[in-house]
Amino acid sequence: MADLADVAAQVVSRAGDDEEVEAYVSRTRDTAVRVYGGDVESLSSAESAGVGVRVVLGDRQGFAYTGSLDEADLVDVLAEARDNAAFATPDEHVGLATPDGVEAASLDLWRPGLADLPAERKVAMALELEQRVRAGDPRIRQVESANYGDASVEAAVASTTGIAAATRRTACHLSAYAIAGEGSDTQTGGGYSVGREPDELDLEEAATDAVDRATRLLGATKARSTHLTVVFDPRVTTVLLAVVSSALSGEAVLKGRSLFADRLGEEVGASTLTLIDDPTDPLAYGAATHDAEGLACRRNVLVQDGVLNRFLYDTYAGRRAGTASTGSAVRGGFKTAPGVGCRALSLVPGTASQEEIVASVGHGLLVQWVTGVHSGVNPISGDFSVGAEGMLIRDGALAEPVREVTIASTIQRMLGHVVAVGGDLEWLPGIAAGLTLAIGEVSLSGA
Amino acid sequence: MIDSSVVDRVLGEALRTGGDFAELFVEDRRMSTASLDDGRVEELSSGRDRGAGVRVVAGETTGFAHTADLSEAGLRAAAGAAAAVARGGTGGRAVAVSASSALRHSEVGTYPETVAKAEKVELLTRADEAARSEGGAITQVSAGYGDSRRRILVANSDGLLVGDDQVRTRLGVSCVALGDTGMQTGYETAALTVGFELFERVQVEEVAREAARRALTKLSARPAPSGIVPVVLKGGTGGILFHEACGHGLEADHIAKDSSVYTGRVGDLVASPLVTLVDDGTMGPEWGSFAIDDEGRPAQRNVLISEGVLTDYMWDFLRARKEGRVSSGNGRRQSYQHLPMVRMTNTYLIDGSDEPDEIVAQTPNGVYVAKLGGGQVNTATGDFVFGMNEAYLIEGGRITEPLRDANLIGNGPDVLRSIDAVGDDFAMGPGTCGKDGQAVPVGCGQPTVRIGGVTVGGTARG
Repeated sequence: MADLADVAAQVVSRAGDDEEVEAYVSRTRDTAVRVYGGDVESLSSAESAGVGVRVVLGDRQGFAYTGSLDEADLVDVLAEARDNAAFATPDEHVGLATPDGVEAASLDLWRPGLADLPAERKVAMALELEQRVRAGDPRIRQVESANYGDASVEAAVASTTGIAAATRRTACHLSAYAIAGEGSDTQTGGGYSVGREPDELDLEEAATDAVDRATRLLGATKARSTHLTVVFDPRVTTVLLAVVSSALSGEAVLKGRSLFADRLGEEVGASTLTLIDDPTDPLAYGAATHDAEGLACRRNVLVQDGVLNRFLYDTYAGRRAGTASTGSAVRGGFKTAPGVGCRALSLVPGTASQEEIVASVGHGLLVQWVTGVHSGVNPISGDFSVGAEGMLIRDGALAEPVREVTIASTIQRMLGHVVAVGGDLEWLPGIAAGLTLAIGEVSLSGA
Repeated sequence: MIDSSVVDRVLGEALRTGGDFAELFVEDRRMSTASLDDGRVEELSSGRDRGAGVRVVAGETTGFAHTADLSEAGLRAAAGAAAAVARGGTGGRAVAVSASSALRHSEVGTYPETVAKAEKVELLTRADEAARSEGGAITQVSAGYGDSRRRILVANSDGLLVGDDQVRTRLGVSCVALGDTGMQTGYETAALTVGFELFERVQVEEVAREAARRALTKLSARPAPSGIVPVVLKGGTGGILFHEACGHGLEADHIAKDSSVYTGRVGDLVASPLVTLVDDGTMGPEWGSFAIDDEGRPAQRNVLISEGVLTDYMWDFLRARKEGRVSSGNGRRQSYQHLPMVRMTNTYLIDGSDEPDEIVAQTPNGVYVAKLGGGQVNTATGDFVFGMNEAYLIEGGRITEPLRDANLIGNGPDVLRSIDAVGDDFAMGPGTCGKDGQAVPVGCGQPTVRIGGVTVGGTARG
């Protein structure tokens, strides 16, 4: 099997004298198991690989990719990227990353055992999960799906500017989606567990989560429209942080697309908020040694005690802003050129548990899930409006369930009105860690 | 793309362990994009993905494997991997596919790969200029061009061998406007299943100006109301409502698992008698059209709800086979790396007889939505949300002040029942539908409609 670093180096070696070339090569092996009704519904296994090439010719950049590592395709993809470069508008800041002396963290993100695990074991875990969800509560009417999935991802990046980096990581997950029913009422809930190898998966946690989330919403009604304090479940907090992260991109700031533009050094949130992106934390789901341009990932403090401290940059945005890359280049696989993004965003936790926060809020809404984030949250204007489901909080305790309402505010107001930061930090799939977060002055729209 | 004798041997390999059904899906997809942002053509990108997926069905279980290696050895290896699920089965059988009569592919005037890159780039600079000419408050413009050509071949152990050649072209423009109250955004997209002749049908400048106008309008917007109000959706801009509110719930995979509010409701009155809902993959150049679906079934027009009565669901091969019927041409997949499932094509509400202006005039108070954004539905409960990208207050039967973006939330069956006016100004628009991690192009359409009451998720104290 081809060594990815060799493939990347081979593409780069074909660069002409007057151009910079970068090759990003990746290979993914994955398995997906879905079970339903005690049977395997589907079992997929596959390997895919490809290369994305950037060419900088003068002050212009071009990109091309191919979903193949065949010799002929590697030649074509470089030629195509070179040709594409000719049509870009010249931009003096365009250029590839150069080694910046920052040492990469030593992280162990690869579990060799994953590849050797027989498919039967993976199927058995998914079946066991389905069974536990079904048995978890008599009101569980259906387990729409129970899934096991894993992926082993290897990548290498090399460039004519001296970059040579290789990364690899494994990940696996169990997830179930339960449907609970009582009379004519139907509610749904999902549960999951993630890890780097199957031994790290918590089957019971995934099952319990799906059952609890579905059953506790039974009997939910549309609450009356009001203004209140919301308590975000850790999963919901990660959704909020992911939206905030796009406004912390230095590229968005440069292009006038960030609600944080011109606010560096100013107070942008409650003083209890300290927000850090640290991909070198091995516990983070998005932990990584190198960014998508091959620079070392590093810890960046974005908001310190409520004050905006820093934006994130890749090489291009860093040059344009007159600063340097913060090691924050990301890309969605070999098919796209790099851009700026977070990998492991986290609020510094407080000390209170979710129960203590619910008690301290007195009256409000515990939000267990939100919908319509891609349609109702605008990280440029800051407008925030999402569908919500959860439990009312009355007299400091959870009361009746609520569905089919929206909660709305603006991101700016929400950050300023944070009234409690939980101590229950947990790393969840995606780019952010969750914890319980209470936010005041939110509009609830319902009946 | 692949010799038919090779196809026979690959399918034979796939059935060697005793599977009931095997399918080979081969895809060769080329795409090119160009993006302009911040006044500069930032990047041209092009790519190619080629590969095949093999599916083997044994009883209730589907085995799937894919490969980028289209040699006979590569295809047979994938077939062997997919066949592993049928292990323990008996026999196997020989397969002989035969090519179906030629299908009518989507008509392409100008294949995008024959168009000079400079010409594609020029569209973007024209869009940038047009958007900025709408006023100094437009502080940022990004424009994206994209085309794709997807050649597919589908063969299966029933002897089917068919192909399609799908060409799609799109242009999107997104603007930021800056005013006293901060920044607002607007976007507009033109996208059809055609070649570069898209730009004979669509004026780039008009797309750009529409995006700019939408952002500028919202600079003076007030917060949206909070609570249940009547909502009027402008024709051609809100078809996503029907895609989300009931389309997904009519997909047979949800029905089979009893995870849809519409399970067991065929023949029932599930909507206002004003509602006739159709899914139609044959709808000319619309974004969700094709000659054959990704299981080799010709696209067709399916009436889902007729005058309020649920008439049928949408079907793919597997769900239909289980019910002893044929697929409705709704088996689709994102790429050769994905399993097909039930998906919509072009989904729309057909015209009623009301005058659109009259519908507004007869709405004393409410919200007029001139552009809906994306949405999301929980098929098991019917609850959905979708975003308003351009909306206004209706006061005294007149459209008045613009509103800031907010989500609408409702329950599909409730909303379909509360539709009390349907206009005669039907129009379509493009979208991307995500389901189970797979994205496919779809079309959505409707005439102007009024919903008696839906929850608007704004912040205005009321």
